[in-house]
Amino acid sequence: MNAVAIIQNIGTQVIDINTGFGNSVIFLVRSIISMFKRPFRFYLFLTQMLQIGVNSTIVIALIGIFTGAVLAVQGEYTLSRFGATGFIGSAVALSLIRELGPVLTALMVIGRAGSAITAELGIMKITEQVDALKSMAVDPIKYLMVPRILAGTICMPLLTGLFILIGIFGGYLVSITLLGISSGVFLTQMFAAVSMTDIYSGFIKATAFGFIFGWVSCYKGHTCGFGARGVNKATTQSVVTSSVAILVVDYFLTSILTRFFLN
Amino acid sequence: MKVISIQNVSKSFGTQHVLKNVSLDISQGETVAIVGPSGVGKSVLLKIIMGVMQPDSGKVEVCGENITIANSEAEKNEIRENLGMLFQSAALLDSLTLYENIAFPLIEKGKFSKNQIHKKVVEIADSLSLISNLQKLPQEVSLGMRKRAGMARALITKPKVFLLDEPNTGLDPLVGQEVYELINLSKNLGDFAGIVVSHELPEVFQVVDRVAMLLNGGFIAIGTPEEFATTGEPAVKQFIEGKIDGPIRIQ
Ligand SMILES: Nc1ncnc2c1ncn2[C@@H]1O[C@H](COP(=O)(O)OP(=O)(O)OP(=O)(O)O)[C@@H](O)[C@H]1O
Ligand SMILES: [Mg+2]
Repeated sequence: MNAVAIIQNIGTQVIDINTGFGNSVIFLVRSIISMFKRPFRFYLFLTQMLQIGVNSTIVIALIGIFTGAVLAVQGEYTLSRFGATGFIGSAVALSLIRELGPVLTALMVIGRAGSAITAELGIMKITEQVDALKSMAVDPIKYLMVPRILAGTICMPLLTGLFILIGIFGGYLVSITLLGISSGVFLTQMFAAVSMTDIYSGFIKATAFGFIFGWVSCYKGHTCGFGARGVNKATTQSVVTSSVAILVVDYFLTSILTRFFLN
Repeated sequence: MKVISIQNVSKSFGTQHVLKNVSLDISQGETVAIVGPSGVGKSVLLKIIMGVMQPDSGKVEVCGENITIANSEAEKNEIRENLGMLFQSAALLDSLTLYENIAFPLIEKGKFSKNQIHKKVVEIADSLSLISNLQKLPQEVSLGMRKRAGMARALITKPKVFLLDEPNTGLDPLVGQEVYELINLSKNLGDFAGIVVSHELPEVFQVVDRVAMLLNGGFIAIGTPEEFATTGEPAVKQFIEGKIDGPIRIQ
């Protein structure tokens, strides 16, 4: 390949990525505008809350309890070198609230519900169900996308809260039963270390992740290509894109929020 | 008055020119059959009329309003209020039962009470022998039943214009006759106009006022069913008689 071809290739890719991003922003703006237009289909939103939220609780609880337990064991290993095992309660709670809760919950929900949303919307598109909605004067963005984006944005912080609570409980159980930390020390240290700003910042992150999750999953379904292969590609891209986007956004949000809240 | 006016519509997919400068007018109360070999672009034309596919050039007016230049979905939706479409694949929403699918356009319009909706659904489902399957999901019934439910969904709002993409494919002759009767009934009731895409020659002639044959990107013949049945045009003759030899090459 000569130099011109290489540059051309890179150029095309850059243009593709930018067009894709631009289109997804237009899609998002359209979704947000139609959120505020009548009719409001509350039952569709509730259905999605059930699919994304309620149906994810068990898996979130399971992961939460083991994450908390692992954090306690790892924390004890590190803190015991400094003779500071008393701080284990704050270590577990702060890591869960500020970082692991929002991120692990988001990754779990993406794997479970994000792929499902993209596949469902993609199949609806290639089987002409989306065209059928249009033909009945129903806006598919409003009917299909808005309830999912909204439910994602609202479910994610709720699931994150659940993850964190159960995670702390897991860490507590392991600490007092296996690691010999007293319950009083664990709880006192935890309440002393965790401030409201930690909780806010965890909550803001989770909400942002939920929004990104809904946006990406719906957009990838909306732009799904033809056939089983099209759905396959859309689903994979949906999971990869939202996971990467969430970790990137996590870095920036953490930097901003730390600066903003700690000063 | 013209309810549908297709003016110089062209559509290509890559290098494949499916429609080339196609024009056709349909007046109030008139039903036109579009016939032609598989893959000539009949379904594509219906989707362009519905505004779910954009033509490369040309325009389509529905009840005097240009659906091809309507730039927002809201504008298109206003025009679509006049239309009812049966997709070739039926395109029922697969999370809803047949009943909910048929009731869907009425529920979305939001103008009817639950009782009114129920009455209308049962009435139209009865005329299409669907009653015993109304509580099933689309994937639990045969294609023929899905087609009939799609038909019921397209006609239940009593649109001014209906677009039916192969309403009879997948139906046995008895049910097929029911479908024709429903089309005739709807026509008489509401003075509807419409397009019926069909491969059922000459059966479809009984419900239409004109027949248009699409071939190689354009209408090669438009005329009354009688004219069609007795035509001397070799391609039309070949198509109606179903002969392999002739000007149409099977692709
Ligand atoms: N979305 C699309 N992308 C690319 N090509 C398409 C698309 N839709 C239709 N085509 C092409 O347009 C041509 C016409 O398709 P269409 O479905 O309108 O045929 P048809 O006349 O309805 O045939 P049939 O009687 O088999 O239903 C086909 O050759 C098809 O390959
Ligand atoms: Mg077709």
